[in-house]
Amino acid sequence: MAQGGGPGCLERNDWICGEYLRTRSQELLDATLQHVGITVVSVLLGLLVAFPLALLARHRRGVAGPVLGLTTVLYTVPSLAMFALLTPVFGVSPSVVVTGLVLYSLTILVRNILAGLDGVPAEVREAARGMGYGSARLLFEVELPLALPALVAGVRIATVSTVAMTTIGSVVGYGGLGNLIASGMEGFFKAEVLTASVLCVLLALVADLLLLGLQRLLTPWTRPRSGGRRVRRGAAVAKAVG
Amino acid sequence: MDAITGAWQWLGTAANWAGEKGVWHRLGEHLWLSGLCLLLSCLIALPLALWLGHIGKGGTLAVNVSNVGRAVPTFAVLVLLTLSPLGKHGDWPTIIALVLFAVPPLLTNVYLGIREADRDVVEAARGMGMSGPQLLRRVEIPLAYPLIMTGLRSAAVQVVATATLAALAGGGGLGRIITAGFGNYDTAQVVAGAVLVALLALVVEGALVLLDRACDPMRGRRRGQRKRGRGPVEELPPAAAPTRDVSTGQPT
Repeated sequence: MAQGGGPGCLERNDWICGEYLRTRSQELLDATLQHVGITVVSVLLGLLVAFPLALLARHRRGVAGPVLGLTTVLYTVPSLAMFALLTPVFGVSPSVVVTGLVLYSLTILVRNILAGLDGVPAEVREAARGMGYGSARLLFEVELPLALPALVAGVRIATVSTVAMTTIGSVVGYGGLGNLIASGMEGFFKAEVLTASVLCVLLALVADLLLLGLQRLLTPWTRPRSGGRRVRRGAAVAKAVG
Repeated sequence: MDAITGAWQWLGTAANWAGEKGVWHRLGEHLWLSGLCLLLSCLIALPLALWLGHIGKGGTLAVNVSNVGRAVPTFAVLVLLTLSPLGKHGDWPTIIALVLFAVPPLLTNVYLGIREADRDVVEAARGMGMSGPQLLRRVEIPLAYPLIMTGLRSAAVQVVATATLAALAGGGGLGRIITAGFGNYDTAQVVAGAVLVALLALVVEGALVLLDRACDPMRGRRRGQRKRGRGPVEELPPAAAPTRDVSTGQPT
């Protein structure tokens, strides 16, 4: 309700409305939390599924073709159709949305994990084997850390697309901020649609930046070190060779 | 799985195919919208990307536009456009949204294709006295062909998928069968519509793969000898540094 003179921005149905933010903050928070929850669960499950798939595809080249082919086919199915196809399986529940999003994330995650592992230099692998590393230790202590940048690049792409695609989940009522966009559309409520849309884009950007920060934390060796040490090491090598 | 038998029955009922809300009409709407928007996207993105690639400028823009496109929910853009004054003009919100989301993959892939063309070959052609347009037509475009087709494929699949979403904002297309099914709790119709949409997307993808093979200027000449540098990039992001990934937009 407007205080003082003139109708408030809710009554005028403005696109940008402070009053809306004040009065519906709980609704916005709930939707955002649902959105974040669906995204996080989907990407984590996607990683859990993609990882063994990638390892399988790597060790059995015969499996690689079908795995990559199938995930690409899944990626082609439009999300509305994907959620619709999963509805009879799970009923109207968040599982529909999460499963669909997991299937989508597989494509990118499997490809990036594979590419990251393929990018590990052969001599590094040989050296680790020579030092007596078994295949499990080699994977977790040498190959995975070196594949991290490619893996995180994949997780970033998957997360950003997942945040955007979660909105379609509103078709079964579990779309996080998408639910607000849908209800705003039905009620012609401009502030609700715009606020939810902007929050959604912000969420994607924040997630992207957080993952980038995580990658930098996990891979300190990729950052350029101060030049001094490198020069000194070079000098030492030169002396030793000299 | 009674959902499958139900969907099968739904698809087998002649009444569901005829009339204003029938499959044929919706399919026609879908194809018309998709075709029109793909054409518009090509008209916008291709000249721009070819030109940028040719002069070698604007790379950051061309590469990052795809990343930004992925972060924006198509559904949100559709609804925002529907509620804007444009919403009174029938299909315009849908058309604009479709074009907005088809342009990034085209732009990124075509630009990268032209930039990744072997510099030595381009220099040699220039040395032989080819003019700029000749160079583009006879050297750069043929060399960039795999990536140009990848861009076209991802844009087409993107458009077909987005045209499905138009139904959520009250537009036409096959998506309407799904949303109508959700609207009256008719699971059979929901699944039938989903099958139709998924099939259409796969058919479009397959048709473009065939078209790609048929039109390849290097047909039969690429086997056995990979190009130096990066080969044709698959249509999904290969693991590249995030600043340089070639990929489809988000599936919608």
